[in-house]
Amino acid sequence: MARPQLRPDANGYFGPYGGRYVPETLMAPLDELAKAYDRWSRKRSFRNELRDLLTHYAGRPTPLYHAKRLTEHFGGAQIYLKREDLLHTGAHKLNNAIGQALLAKMMGKRRVIAETGAGQHGVASATAAALLGLECVVYMGVEDTVRQRLNVDRMELLGATVAPVDSGSRTLKDAINEALRDWVTNVRDTHYILGSVLGPDPYPRMVRDFHRVIGDEARRQLKKQAGTVSPDVAIACVGGGSNAIGLFTAFIDDRRVKLVGVEAGGSGEALGEHAARFGKGGSLGVLHGTRTLVLQDEEGQIAGTHSVSAGLDYPAIGPEHALLADEGRIEYTRASDTEAIAAFDLLARIEGILPALESAHALAYAGKVAPLLSKRRLILVNLSGRGDKDVESVQNWRAKEREQADAEDSTAVAEVTVHPAARKWGKSQEEAG
Amino acid sequence: MSAISEVFERCRREKRAAFIPFLTAGDPDLETTAALMQAMADGGADLIELGVPFSDPIADGPVIQRASTRALAGGTTLSGILRLVARHRDRLGVPILLFSYFNPIHNRGLESFAEQAAASGVDGLLCVDLPPDESAHQEYIPVMRRYGLDTVFLLAPTSTKDRIRRVAEYSTGFVYYVSRTGITGDQGALPDELVKEVRRLRRKLTQPLAVGFGINTPEQAASIARAADGVVVGSALVKLIEEKTGDDDLLSAVKQRVKELAEGLRR
Ligand SMILES: Cc1ncc(COP(=O)(O)O)c(C=O)c1O
Repeated sequence: MARPQLRPDANGYFGPYGGRYVPETLMAPLDELAKAYDRWSRKRSFRNELRDLLTHYAGRPTPLYHAKRLTEHFGGAQIYLKREDLLHTGAHKLNNAIGQALLAKMMGKRRVIAETGAGQHGVASATAAALLGLECVVYMGVEDTVRQRLNVDRMELLGATVAPVDSGSRTLKDAINEALRDWVTNVRDTHYILGSVLGPDPYPRMVRDFHRVIGDEARRQLKKQAGTVSPDVAIACVGGGSNAIGLFTAFIDDRRVKLVGVEAGGSGEALGEHAARFGKGGSLGVLHGTRTLVLQDEEGQIAGTHSVSAGLDYPAIGPEHALLADEGRIEYTRASDTEAIAAFDLLARIEGILPALESAHALAYAGKVAPLLSKRRLILVNLSGRGDKDVESVQNWRAKEREQADAEDSTAVAEVTVHPAARKWGKSQEEAG
Repeated sequence: MSAISEVFERCRREKRAAFIPFLTAGDPDLETTAALMQAMADGGADLIELGVPFSDPIADGPVIQRASTRALAGGTTLSGILRLVARHRDRLGVPILLFSYFNPIHNRGLESFAEQAAASGVDGLLCVDLPPDESAHQEYIPVMRRYGLDTVFLLAPTSTKDRIRRVAEYSTGFVYYVSRTGITGDQGALPDELVKEVRRLRRKLTQPLAVGFGINTPEQAASIARAADGVVVGSALVKLIEEKTGDDDLLSAVKQRVKELAEGLRR
């Protein structure tokens, strides 16, 4: 883990974003957490123990993979995948979960709680808790317990209690609400392992610091494997924003690198059909302890969101992202459900990798830019997680599509095996070439 | 002196704690909320905490969560609540403290909110997720002062000396002490050390101190009234409203319950 950066300021603000908007009960504990984090993260013993666990337990460094067939398919820039899917438990989330669980242990907490959307952060927290001998409760929206069923079983096998959350939209946002309620109640012996660069200070900076190893490694690996530390474009999907910040932090000061965050475009443009906070969708608001861009209605009620990927299905964005967008340092775009599924299919078939549906959003964008760039250019994509958890979701998607096709025209069935969006990519390749 | 301060002053003279019921605006609808506030005032409420429903009430237990959901499903808005207060505040005769999450206020804009709230006859605001530290405050406090609105802040069992000092500096009207680490609603017995803690805190504050969260019975209210300047009852009343909604005796039952709770507050 590298040294914390200067941002945010002493009050936890990234420009106008961030802060600590929480009930009084949590204010002193957040102070205590910030102090503990600042103290321990500077200690050699803590850093060594964390590095040791990340190396020998979690499997860092994760490979950087030159995806030659994917590159060929698009016929443009060279595509490199940062393989966070190969990290223990199958997603980048473990970097942060181990870091925070270790900190919780140092702080003398005996219990940890977490929220989860895709289930990856829940599995990572359950894993870290098992490893370090901590009790663990994971809050998960009912809708997500259904679509990410495999991860619910994994958490339970790891000894964690999964608490289904049946309020509100029954997804990630509501799981965070419930985790915060637990934390307010049990704050004396419990640490809340928040799973993204969200929430009140110190979470956005702490979670970023635990994940920046992703980009730091990628830079070193690129140097060795591609002869440069600077890709032309670095791409990551953005839910709360942790895997993106984890990849981008190493490149922020390297102006040669264009940074692109990909949000969930969902199924449409209307409020409630997507989870894209940049652009015309989001506006300044306060949610889950932080002031940031939020999807909300004109009365300041938080809006529903939709994404085929549970991990991107969230109405607010990490405060540091909001600032980096204002500064123009990171560009944000979106990929729709359909595009993400097509990217999932493509990577599975031509590289033999099932990506998480979250990561498939980043791949979808890579598929749009790669054909426009020359073969000497280099694209770095954060493959934030593996797609085992999404097998059912993708199958359901297929089934629904087949039904629709049947309804429209029974002869169209055969064509569905090659996804329409994948064909579109083929076309843009021709155009570029 | 603000209307809220006057309430505590009067209660002090009468040697009793103020009784402060909470209800969620718009549950089941705004017209019923108006009638419920009147029933509460008639039953002996000294000050009413009117909750602004929010989609993500992180400090609330299931009872108030459900009330918020019902209110929002019925189309309750901040503007609608302020119009309701404007129509009823004078007749009601007791001050109204709005109890809200910060986002609906932030979304409206502080200035515009404060102007409309003050014009409607709202007496003060308590934002449960806006601690005095937040820099938005540098605006919040002066704006609220400019419109003569009290700013009530919370203290909790986890509050350190520094934090108590800060809350004491910014709170006007009274300070609200959260009885235990937790969310609103019934969680059984109140902490043993509560009365002692309230006494200790009260010595450090110049403002009156009201206690809330998890107070359900007249006995609990009475025991806290021995040490505190005010007692807040929320979920117990919201639950009664939930159970009685649609029944003919909703208003009389709420008035009766408020009466029972308020009666024991004499010291
Ligand atoms: C594999 C994977 N990628 C990305 C995300 C999105 O989170 P973040 O934006 O914090 O990286 C998740 C969240 O669950 C995930 O599981």
